[in-house]
Amino acid sequence: MKFWKTKLALLGALCLLAVSGTGFAADPVKMAWVYFGPPGDGGWTFAHDLGMKMVQKELGGKVIASTVENVPESADAERVIRDLASKGNQYIFTTSFGYMEQTLKAAKSFPKVEFYHNTGYKSAENVHTYNSRMYEPAYLAGIIAGRMTKSNVLGYVASFPIPEVVRNINAYTMGARSVNPKVTTKVVWVSSWFDPGKERQAAETLIGQGADMLMQNTDSSATLQAAADKGVYAFGWNSDMSKVAPKAHLASVTQIWGPYYVMVAKAAVEGKPFKDNVWGGMKEGMNGLVSLNSSIPASVVKEVDAKKADIVSGKFKVWSGPVKLQDGSVKLAAGETFTDKDIDSIKFYVEGVDGQLPK
Amino acid sequence: MIESLTPLLASALGAAIPLVLAGLGELIAERAGVLNLGLEGMMLLGALASFMTVANGGGLFEAVTLGMAAGLLASLVFGFVTITLQANQVAAGLSLTILGSGLSAFLGRSYVGIGAPSSFAPLPIPLLKDIPLLGPSLFSFDLLGYTALIALVAVTWFLSRSRAGLTLKAVGESPVVARSLGLPVTRVRYMAVAFGGLMSGLAGAYYSVAQFKMWQEGLTSGNGWIALALVVFATWRPLRVAVGALLFGSVTALGLYFQAIGMHVSTFALASLPYIATVIVLVIISSDQETVRRHAPAWLGKPFYDDS
Repeated sequence: MKFWKTKLALLGALCLLAVSGTGFAADPVKMAWVYFGPPGDGGWTFAHDLGMKMVQKELGGKVIASTVENVPESADAERVIRDLASKGNQYIFTTSFGYMEQTLKAAKSFPKVEFYHNTGYKSAENVHTYNSRMYEPAYLAGIIAGRMTKSNVLGYVASFPIPEVVRNINAYTMGARSVNPKVTTKVVWVSSWFDPGKERQAAETLIGQGADMLMQNTDSSATLQAAADKGVYAFGWNSDMSKVAPKAHLASVTQIWGPYYVMVAKAAVEGKPFKDNVWGGMKEGMNGLVSLNSSIPASVVKEVDAKKADIVSGKFKVWSGPVKLQDGSVKLAAGETFTDKDIDSIKFYVEGVDGQLPK
Repeated sequence: MIESLTPLLASALGAAIPLVLAGLGELIAERAGVLNLGLEGMMLLGALASFMTVANGGGLFEAVTLGMAAGLLASLVFGFVTITLQANQVAAGLSLTILGSGLSAFLGRSYVGIGAPSSFAPLPIPLLKDIPLLGPSLFSFDLLGYTALIALVAVTWFLSRSRAGLTLKAVGESPVVARSLGLPVTRVRYMAVAFGGLMSGLAGAYYSVAQFKMWQEGLTSGNGWIALALVVFATWRPLRVAVGALLFGSVTALGLYFQAIGMHVSTFALASLPYIATVIVLVIISSDQETVRRHAPAWLGKPFYDDS
């Protein structure tokens, strides 16, 4: 009832503004988010939803935010995007890699609407991309794993062999080997982004093979839970998963979209659409390594903090030489660094990763 | 090599237990002639109800009871629509799945991202657990795992040895004849559907408070559909449901195991293994049409109008 009263009051105020014709505030900007999963996935979509909520909180009355959940990466996505655009949304965020072509297609029909596509690599006049350098916190997580492992075997529950995931596996391994060259990483692919049963089985298999520090690139927290049951450690992914299994949880590699969304929203409110492609990392505050377990020795925390400071200041780049391939040959000599384009097309395992990369 | 087979077997069994629980429930419902496609929805509701119970400080016994109650309630709604109102079972079952998925997602929003405060722990059987290879996996289930084994024996006995089992089968084969013999067709169908709901709720509870120990939207990730397929796969015989569930669990576990030991097999091929295995078994089963016909309940999916 109270809710309706507020709504009515708001409506009344709006009417007054409209009648007087001299509203001091401009019309609110309509922004929409297309979600791949439910915000209740506790991972990928949850992180985007947190970002959306930050916009609502900071720009309250100036922005009207709406979301569509569980949009499949098929022709359906284009229909949803078009629908949102025709309903007057001026800024639309499509938050999964698989919406790339659909976003571009829809954008052609709505040249006045600005589109922001997450994790893609194609942009246009009104389609801008944004992504997070998840390999940076993954590298830091690797340092913790390398220092804490007793078996010198790390485990990685992976989704699909695309560059995004492959470079995270590599970064995790490189981070670990930077402090402990004896480490190897075993990888199991589950061919899914969200399948708790399979993720759990994969984690159990890795633990059975001696892995005692698990990392995942999937959306559920089943890997972490399996680690807790078997008495080994694991990292959370996408969102802070420390509450799922406080003892087994070493740290979480998180995506932080809030500041980016707020920046785009602020520019939108000012009437100057933000048009850059953004590939941000720890420096831009677009991701982080959070909720470190108290069982991590202080010296290791210090080491991680120092490396983090170097990443933020730009003194250290994860993709700088020497980087060796599995057969020991040099891929990137000391002193060289990969360009963003190189990083975006990584399709090889570095030294220390076990097994063969699926083609 | 041998010692690494133990976790493999344990992993396969862990995946099989909820499939056996839900599969047995569905088998009984289908044997009475009612096809309930709502397994996934009932499992999700059961999983959420159990998780909410432990998250709010309830005990494990209460959690399982409420999980089963949620499954029961959902199945009774389905029963009312299909048995009393005689609506199309396929449509009603699909609606139940959609309803269960949506409702559990909505009600469970504030339970995402926390671990279950209490959960089932393995209860190894003394002596038996020390048998090499089999011991640590086969005799170290948690309470719900043993329940699945007991349910398997009980359902097998019920169908093949009890009078009530005969009644159930008669209702599924020909409700008209069953009715003329004075059997309470409607009541039997209700009870069979209710049993399916209880078992689905239990399977859901297994996911949220025994195996995953968490709640996430869509926690059962399609396993309700697999349990449903297993019943056909098993030509409506309980022991075969268990064998099929174990086969499905092991093929998945094996695919992941090959990767972990570094075998160079395409992960895409490995991911499709369970489905290839399913197709092969279905081909073998359906090559013997006589058996399939003999075991399929003749009135499966058809409503029965009880005019007495």
